[in-house]
Amino acid sequence: MTNESSSFDGILRQYQRRWSRQVWRSLVIIAIVTICFFIVELFNVERMTAGVPAMVSLIGEMLPPDFSRFPEWIEPISDTLAMSVAGTAIAICLSLPLSLLAARNTTPHPILFDLSRTILNITRAIPELILGMILVAAVGFGKLPGTLALGLHSVGMVGKFFAEAIELSDPAPIEAARSVGATESQVIVHSILPQVFPQMADITFYRWEYNFRASMVLGAVGAGGIGLEIISALRILKYQQVSALLIVVLVMVTLVDSLSNSLRRDFVHAEMGIPSSATRQSAKSFGSDE
Amino acid sequence: MQASPIVTLDQVGVTYPNGVTALKSVSLMVNRGEFAVLLGLSGAGKSTLLRTINYLHSPTQGRITVEQLGVLSQDAVVRSHRQQTGMIFQQHQLLERQSALQNVLLGRLGYHSFWRSLFPLPKTDQHIALDCLNRVGLIDKALTPVKSLSGGQKQRVGIARALAQQPQLMLADEPIASLDPTSAHKVLSLLRNICKSDGIAALLSLHQVDFAKEYGDRIIGLAHGCIIFDGPPASLTPQHLAQIYD
Repeated sequence: MTNESSSFDGILRQYQRRWSRQVWRSLVIIAIVTICFFIVELFNVERMTAGVPAMVSLIGEMLPPDFSRFPEWIEPISDTLAMSVAGTAIAICLSLPLSLLAARNTTPHPILFDLSRTILNITRAIPELILGMILVAAVGFGKLPGTLALGLHSVGMVGKFFAEAIELSDPAPIEAARSVGATESQVIVHSILPQVFPQMADITFYRWEYNFRASMVLGAVGAGGIGLEIISALRILKYQQVSALLIVVLVMVTLVDSLSNSLRRDFVHAEMGIPSSATRQSAKSFGSDE
Repeated sequence: MQASPIVTLDQVGVTYPNGVTALKSVSLMVNRGEFAVLLGLSGAGKSTLLRTINYLHSPTQGRITVEQLGVLSQDAVVRSHRQQTGMIFQQHQLLERQSALQNVLLGRLGYHSFWRSLFPLPKTDQHIALDCLNRVGLIDKALTPVKSLSGGQKQRVGIARALAQQPQLMLADEPIASLDPTSAHKVLSLLRNICKSDGIAALLSLHQVDFAKEYGDRIIGLAHGCIIFDGPPASLTPQHLAQIYD
């Protein structure tokens, strides 16, 4: 018994030591976060309190929201919507092949793997705002540069997430497909894609929602859409119009969010227990419903 | 031993939201100190019955009465019932990244508040956990991450976690379904010895008839959500088995 309890104590001491090591680790993280807060002046109470009345008066100037120009906003809103859909579609078309090259289990060659990963990193590293400015300079003002900027920047994140989903696919059905004599491309189409389809749908709809919000910011650099309206209202200090525009945007974001949620649910349901060809068909018919 | 029921099921039925009726009308008493085995095909309702006894599914009809606690329905009563009911799962349900000891300590959660459980549990709980690991023969694996243990060892960690609750009743859902025959015998005899020596009632579902006959004091046969046999292994005839596995 004494022997046993002394071995218990040894284990418990180690257990305790691991716990305190984790506590120390968390304390270090908290310290780093605190220092960052300090650097960005979040602890500058004077400045923070001085900002409150300015904020209050600004909100006062925003009220009541002025919807008088609403009819003129309908076109930019539908432009923004169209930009987000088209930009997301571009991103998906480019991401699918890139992600197959950038996933360890499907890449045909290590060089192609590194190359595609680099492309994904570059597109992700350039913010869509900068990309938008460059493209505006290249093809001129309007919806086209905005859509291209959204599409190209999205490839970085969508492609990376697609590749990660492909890498996490269950190897067992892949082995089964290989065992019946399928070629590598057959394995990808018939064994990997059916597995990752729900995640891909998830990522796509999430990205669409994100692109809708991002396309508004792009308006600021002259890339079309409702963002341009917000920026010009801000420039001429029409704060009541700004608040009305923000309300419109909020309503649109909520609509896009709930639509993408219900589409996502539909896709995952359609995926359950139905072979991939049938799902693709149901996806197609769903697309025509829209 | 005087048979006194720990849990009494009175015409319990479970219908899932999708319309599937998993249990029709089951009346059953689980008695103190007995080692009872549920037999039945996949889909006969074994898992549903075990989960319902732990109120992981609430019955859509009938009621479950627990000794000293009364009828299950209020959250507080269900929590006390779960606290004194150990559950062992087919797929272990362990946190793979955490050590065996951390997993077994989870069995003590029901005894502590949320805030208290954020800190290392008291020495007494730690000793209970180590004692349980010792009883399942895994004391030297206490600090090993569960993911590097074998299937049989994982299941023994699962038993230790249930045991750390110091339960009155042990529920096990196909505890040996993913084990080889040798590990299966090891796990079952360990479970039976511990339950017998601590006076814990056990109800477990098994697929294999010979295991059920070898270890069970009582056999309960389920088919299509109904009990069609309930008695000692000796009175289980081939006709009964044909009915259970029709």
